[in-house]
Amino acid sequence: MFARTSALVFLPQCGQVRNMATLKDITIRLKSIKNIQKITKSMKMVAAAKYARAERQLKPARVYGNGAVALYEKAEIKAPEGVANKHLLIGVSSDRGLCGAVHSNVAKAIKAKIATLTGEGKEVMVVNVGDKLRNILQRTHSNYLLLSCKEVGRKPPTFTDASIVATELLNMGYEFDQGAVIYNRFRSVISYKTDEKPIFSIDTVANSENMGIYDDIDADVLRNYQEFALVNIIYFGLKESTTSEQSARMTAMDSASKNASEMIDKLTLTFNRTRQAVITKELIEIISGAAAL
Amino acid sequence: MMAARFLRRSIPVLRQARCYADAPSGSSQMSFTFASPTQVYFKEASVKQVDVPTLTGAFGILPAHVPTLQVLRPGVVTVFNDDGSAAKFFVSSGSITVNADSSVQLLAEEAFPLDQLDVAAAKANLEKAQSEMASASDEAARAEVQINIDANEAIVKALE
Repeated sequence: MFARTSALVFLPQCGQVRNMATLKDITIRLKSIKNIQKITKSMKMVAAAKYARAERQLKPARVYGNGAVALYEKAEIKAPEGVANKHLLIGVSSDRGLCGAVHSNVAKAIKAKIATLTGEGKEVMVVNVGDKLRNILQRTHSNYLLLSCKEVGRKPPTFTDASIVATELLNMGYEFDQGAVIYNRFRSVISYKTDEKPIFSIDTVANSENMGIYDDIDADVLRNYQEFALVNIIYFGLKESTTSEQSARMTAMDSASKNASEMIDKLTLTFNRTRQAVITKELIEIISGAAAL
Repeated sequence: MMAARFLRRSIPVLRQARCYADAPSGSSQMSFTFASPTQVYFKEASVKQVDVPTLTGAFGILPAHVPTLQVLRPGVVTVFNDDGSAAKFFVSSGSITVNADSSVQLLAEEAFPLDQLDVAAAKANLEKAQSEMASASDEAARAEVQINIDANEAIVKALE
């Protein structure tokens, strides 16, 4: 009796032996993968439609955004070096996943910038647009988060969305000197690149050396101009980001559907082989049973 | 030989000394970009003159205008093309930048050609806004209604 109980205790521990998958197991698996393939295929088509619309809206938005940053480029505005100035990073992403490396690229860029800036002793805060970005940054960099925006990504972004973000940001009262909007710039259907556009505070722009050539500017006009420029740059980042996100989701769902098709093919082969093996086994049993008689 | 070499070296210096003002590069052309977030009307186009309504007053911009930054108020923007034709647009607000290289960026929050606006609807909106002014309670609401009134008044004035 002693020996028997110890044998019973032994069996489950070496129970990692793989059994021959029964026909039922394979059928269940095949059905679920076929469903997944249908879902990813339809997600790909939805993403393709949204991508087409986003790309159409991106064309005027690009001209608009480039016009908005033209001043900073032509006047070569930059913040005074060496002063411990405050930085602001605005990361643009969205709420929805299943779009490849879109969110993690922006998060990686933000983390790298935070590391360099804190290494130089500068103060930095982060505004994130999109829940996914907040989830990534909250674990390690939660004390840098200034403001988080949700409900991004369901509908195409509008100028009103950008102005809401900018208004909330300005109401927070964080007196930054310079900063950047970090977004994914759309290059083509299969490629996008994480990029940044600079933003400056009113004081930095006013004190920049080349501003002297601009005539007839008083503080009020400059403040209005700067606020409008901030909204424009955020809007530009949002538009580029959504286009990159939709194209990334399209390619991700496309490769998921392809992988699912491959799995279905392999499983169908296994299913047929198993079925034939079962039939052969039964036949052999019948024949050997008949032969024994 | 030495004298000739000296002359050759000194002549460029003389030429430099004679120019006292920097000739603006490409100043006869203005690179004009006029866009709203959803639509582009002019992209780095060459136009003769642009009239804009700003918070400090309306002014016209010709090529080689002195660089400036301005904020727009609701009003009509008139663009005079090189061939003499004029195109009018209504803008709600925005900014205009004139850079040193004679490029002009006019970014409007909303901009429409005048023929897409309806006078009757504008007048109705104006009356509604004026009646809301009486019932506006706090500063922010009053400011919003005032903006509404200004914009509608400008539309009505532009279309008449």
